[in-house]
Amino acid sequence: MIVKLLSGDRPRSKMLSAVLLLILFGLLFAPFLFPGTRSLDTAARICIFIVLVASYDLLLGYTGVVSFAHTMFFGIGAYGTAIALVNMGASYSAIALGTVCGALVAGAFAFMIALFSLRVKAIFFAMMTLAVASAFLVLVSQLSGFTGGEDGLSYRIPREMTPAFKLVKEKVLGVRLNGKLITYYVVFFSSLCLFLVLLRMVNSPFGRVLQAIRENAFRAEAIGYKVVRYRSVATILSAVMAALAGSLMALWLRYTGPATTLSMDIMVDILLMVVIGGMGSMYGAVIGAVLFLLTQSYLQNLLGLLQESLGSLPIVSEVVSPERWLLWLGMLFICSIYWFPKGIVGRLRGT
Amino acid sequence: MSNSLIKPRIERPSLSQIIEAKAPLFLVPVLMLIGLLAIGSGSTWLTLTAAGLAMGMMIFIMASGLTVIFGLMDVINFGHGAFISLGAFAGFTILGLLGGWIESPSIALNLGAVLLAVAFAMLVTGLAGYGFERLIVKPVYGQHLKQILVTMGGLVVTQQLIYVIWGPDEIVLARPAAFQGSFVVLGAAIEKYRVLAIVIGLALFVAMRLVLNRTRIGLLVRAGVQNGEMVEALGYPIKKLFLAVFMVGCALAGLGGVMWGMYQETISAHMGAEVMISVFIVVIIGGLGSIEGCFIGAMLVGLLTNYTGFLIPKLALVSTILLMGAVLMWRPQGLYPVVKAH
Repeated sequence: MIVKLLSGDRPRSKMLSAVLLLILFGLLFAPFLFPGTRSLDTAARICIFIVLVASYDLLLGYTGVVSFAHTMFFGIGAYGTAIALVNMGASYSAIALGTVCGALVAGAFAFMIALFSLRVKAIFFAMMTLAVASAFLVLVSQLSGFTGGEDGLSYRIPREMTPAFKLVKEKVLGVRLNGKLITYYVVFFSSLCLFLVLLRMVNSPFGRVLQAIRENAFRAEAIGYKVVRYRSVATILSAVMAALAGSLMALWLRYTGPATTLSMDIMVDILLMVVIGGMGSMYGAVIGAVLFLLTQSYLQNLLGLLQESLGSLPIVSEVVSPERWLLWLGMLFICSIYWFPKGIVGRLRGT
Repeated sequence: MSNSLIKPRIERPSLSQIIEAKAPLFLVPVLMLIGLLAIGSGSTWLTLTAAGLAMGMMIFIMASGLTVIFGLMDVINFGHGAFISLGAFAGFTILGLLGGWIESPSIALNLGAVLLAVAFAMLVTGLAGYGFERLIVKPVYGQHLKQILVTMGGLVVTQQLIYVIWGPDEIVLARPAAFQGSFVVLGAAIEKYRVLAIVIGLALFVAMRLVLNRTRIGLLVRAGVQNGEMVEALGYPIKKLFLAVFMVGCALAGLGGVMWGMYQETISAHMGAEVMISVFIVVIIGGLGSIEGCFIGAMLVGLLTNYTGFLIPKLALVSTILLMGAVLMWRPQGLYPVVKAH
């Protein structure tokens, strides 16, 4: 049963299985284990980013295509839901319509980009997507009538999903069962389903072809697989998945703006998560996202402590200042590309 | 036997072929003309054209290094933007130290300060380029995917290091007195600094062409672009050439960074990554690895950004993406594709 759910892709390492189970149960019981708004927010972000990073891994790790437009698709999904909720009011049909439209638009965009640039070198595709995504970001922040511009959009979601709605009057295990909790579980189970779908995809014959293309595109073409077609489909699928993750983000935050969905910083974050977690394995996305988001929240505290103890040395104390956490992750990123290209998952699996 | 049989037949390109080959050269004048028609007012057009050319020249300075590095080594440096920022910060440090020179009305002192700043910026970015090539790029030659990722990582780390050294805030610094303000030509106000940018950009373009086409080093670089293995087989140290070109490319990014910084009068660690969008568009339009294509592409992007910035301000960046799309429909490899022997 479990093996079937995982599409036959076992973690293949006791350590990795343990970590994954820990993460799964941690997220499943997050509202009860780590009460508090901030930790619940971190947990929801982790769920969403797992899907986002996994969908990016479909492209980068499995197909060997580097795209910098992933946040664009993420943003399209988020804005789809946001715009529907703003214009149609807080209803479930608005959420459904916005999500579907966002996914479709993302797919169409991905198709156009693929059509233009996948025939040529990887470098070309990377540069092209970077340019398009940046232009999209600028466009969104300027079309303020439609997208809210730099300020973004705030909107209401159905009442059952807001903290104002009480499921039970009393607290259960010290936690209020309110609408926010419902939203969290919507996010959690949607993310889990999307992740399992992605796992299914990469372990299907289609996924095997993608890996063949990554290893040797020329040979895959010679065997008779249409490389461009497979790459395009992978691009579109990953864009649709990213858009769905974006819709979840829009639902969770009840706010959508350029900084939370489209910015290049998020793109860099995704890149770091995939590579540090482990390219070419969906579990890498899980590990990467969890590690990164926890680091983002808690490494800063650690660095703050370190800085206090090193206070007297001028340059060193700057290097370990809490705002410089990205410096350390960036270095870890470079090192992992050189010395353990399969990331943490590869390490744990001992390959 | 008649002689005509053994006479070599010299293929003359037809007129349409000549036009097809030279067509990119006409793009810039055509765009200028379209701009003039769309804007209507001559003096406004002149101001915008000067601004566009100046912007184009600065983008060209930054993009030329990137494109030559790619042409020679098949390496695309996504961290190029970090050198733009680094150059700007290094240059501004010198300008800050020479505050008295900048404020004085003497052109000689102003120019001296700018030259010193530029020289220092190029020195710093050149040396940083050495470190970057050895540490980050060298281990992944020939592996495009890793190259993209690792240079991106290099960008992140370098940006953070800039924060560490210069602090997280933007630096604001006024231009030297001699390059502030503008003068009026034919009823159009043209900023002095833009003229300087155009002059430097043109000089650099001419110098690069001369070096590449008339010197021995240039010959080796061009040969390396076409077939690196053969150059190596003939006994030339192509790896050293790679390294030198990489350093020069980074130094050019630094030069572009200082100039861009003085143009905006504000610099931040992110500025490089922001300009890089235009730089990538230019490099794609021109054809990866081609200096001439890069130059034309930069002019087109600079002019188009300024024209649309005036006509439909919201679409300034999108218009350059559309331009890129149009060029790629016409020539999928860019305006001047680089011919490789393998």
